[in-house]
Amino acid sequence: MDWASLAEWTLKSFALIFALLGGFAYLTLFERKLIARFQVRIGPNRAGPFGLLQPVADGIKLIFKEELIPAQADKIIFILAPIITVVPALVIMAVVPFGPPIQLFGRTISLQIIDLNVGVLYIMAIASVSVYGIVLAGWSSNNKYATLGGIRSSAQMISYELALGLAFTGPVLLTSSLSLAEIVEAQRHIWFVLYQPVGAFIFWISTLAEVNRAPFDMPEAEQELTAGYHTEYSGMKFALFFMAEYIKMIAVSAIAVTLFFGGYRGPFVDQVPLLGPIYFLLKVVGFLFLMVWVRATLPRIRYDRLMAFGWKVLFSLALGNAMLTALGVLLADMFQNSLWLWSIPVTTIAFFLLVAYLMRGSIAGGNR
Amino acid sequence: MSEYLPLVVLFILSTLVAAIAVALGHLFGPRRPTERKLQPYESGMTPFGPGTRRMPVRFYLVAVLFILFDIEVVFFIPWAVVYRKLGLFGFVEMLLFAGILEIAFVYAWKKGALEWE
Amino acid sequence: MIYPLQVVFILVSAVTLGAALMVVTTRNMVRAALWLVLALFGVAILFVLLEAGFFAVAQVIIYIGAIAILMIFAVMLTRRIAQDPGPQLNSTWPIAAVIALLVFGLIVFLVQVWDRAASLPPPLPQGFAPLQELGVALVSADRYLIPFEIASVLLLAALIGAIVVAWERK
Repeated sequence: MDWASLAEWTLKSFALIFALLGGFAYLTLFERKLIARFQVRIGPNRAGPFGLLQPVADGIKLIFKEELIPAQADKIIFILAPIITVVPALVIMAVVPFGPPIQLFGRTISLQIIDLNVGVLYIMAIASVSVYGIVLAGWSSNNKYATLGGIRSSAQMISYELALGLAFTGPVLLTSSLSLAEIVEAQRHIWFVLYQPVGAFIFWISTLAEVNRAPFDMPEAEQELTAGYHTEYSGMKFALFFMAEYIKMIAVSAIAVTLFFGGYRGPFVDQVPLLGPIYFLLKVVGFLFLMVWVRATLPRIRYDRLMAFGWKVLFSLALGNAMLTALGVLLADMFQNSLWLWSIPVTTIAFFLLVAYLMRGSIAGGNR
Repeated sequence: MSEYLPLVVLFILSTLVAAIAVALGHLFGPRRPTERKLQPYESGMTPFGPGTRRMPVRFYLVAVLFILFDIEVVFFIPWAVVYRKLGLFGFVEMLLFAGILEIAFVYAWKKGALEWE
Repeated sequence: MIYPLQVVFILVSAVTLGAALMVVTTRNMVRAALWLVLALFGVAILFVLLEAGFFAVAQVIIYIGAIAILMIFAVMLTRRIAQDPGPQLNSTWPIAAVIALLVFGLIVFLVQVWDRAASLPPPLPQGFAPLQELGVALVSADRYLIPFEIASVLLLAALIGAIVVAWERK
């Protein structure tokens, strides 16, 4: 065991965790400010200049709130569930590179916790584990709304996981690697979103469902389920569910940036490595803005339509996208001409339009 | 094996942070439970019936479908990694594999297993 | 000589076996499913110890992320989750115990006489990429192509069965 490496890992892990916690705190403020602007309000502006201390005030308030554990609840699982929800959200970013390696104290430090050679699958594995916190929170509360909310959102998450997993195959086919560092490196000249417009779109939609964001925020469908799986939670335990949702928003934005939008790559990154994390942050903030915008604009989709959309439209699209990408890569390799890669956006967009035409009215417009 | 150690460190630290957050709430939050407070919350009505009920079989079927197609997705990934070495042969193989599973998909669709009434 | 790897292996195996024991002894079915998740996770860590990263993540994705979720959904279909008043042993338990002991004794004997069990496995050759090997092997005609394609037929049959059993009422 090498103590310097251990210190490096510990520091990097702490840096990641605290960056995510800080990001969570200010993402709540960012969202409230933006939503207020979309609704022609001002938003929080009392705590500190421009309301910048609002997250601190919220945090302190939540620590001193009374916590209830319902009498009929399964107490151990009730307390474990928020922890099981937060941990996957915190560790899913471990394989995402934040910037090119930098030289510090005579060591080369990669801005990434770990460059797994199965990085993409690691993300899928952690995403599939994050269902547990929600279903357990709902079940252990012994509340009918909470149970129904928990099982509904877990069914939603597993359904959209399929399209998510298939959307990963596009970048993997193009790079022949599962390492996220190599996927970023392969986007040195061109972002994969140009080869994979439909893939990136599928990825983004299914991550919205995966993190239970509007318009897929079924667990928070307050008209029908009060507060879904966290109905019975209060104080810090409630805050942990909230935290997990916002950290997952940051994480999926970071993963989308890494897979399709060049990661930390941008002009002059090779000369000035410190620009890498800045580009990365700017791209992630762009995605977060998009998520808030969607929430401010779109109404919540009905549950039956949500499931039908996930299975019929998104899964078919993702499968077609994967096979058409494979076809484009095959043509490029057979004719030794990478111009054939441009057949991928053409065929996938054509396929997208075909599916949209065939499914018109059957998801959103129908009576069922 | 040792290349996974950073991940172990991250897992331990994340669990610690989450556990400390829960412990903070327990330490500093007041606790004044009453019988009414500890009842299940049902929008202010007196709760009736058991809290956990039997779930519709619908959810079970979704989970079964999910397992089958999840296995398909997991097979896609190693195939995609080596795809550029395989060429046309690899494309046809996957077309066959995915095609057979698509029969299953169409069957489920036609049987109405993807509908949600 | 005790290697750190052996200590980790023994700890992980103990947790896995303990969790597996809890699966069959606990009376609350949701908790039993959770203990099963812990046992499956232990197996995933054993795959990591064998430097089989793909199998570790596949174990998590398929067994923990899909099959154990199915079990939890199935438990929630049943009426009595928390209380199971029946006895946990039936009258044939002595026979089962004897058979289990015999199998255990046989495994101990085999490990004793197998000389390679006493030494560490040789390290993987430099530049060996297990995932690429697996990907090629899955679609090579002289390796696992036929099992791979038959797997899709098996999955198709499983799906038809599931729909017939769970959905054939309308």
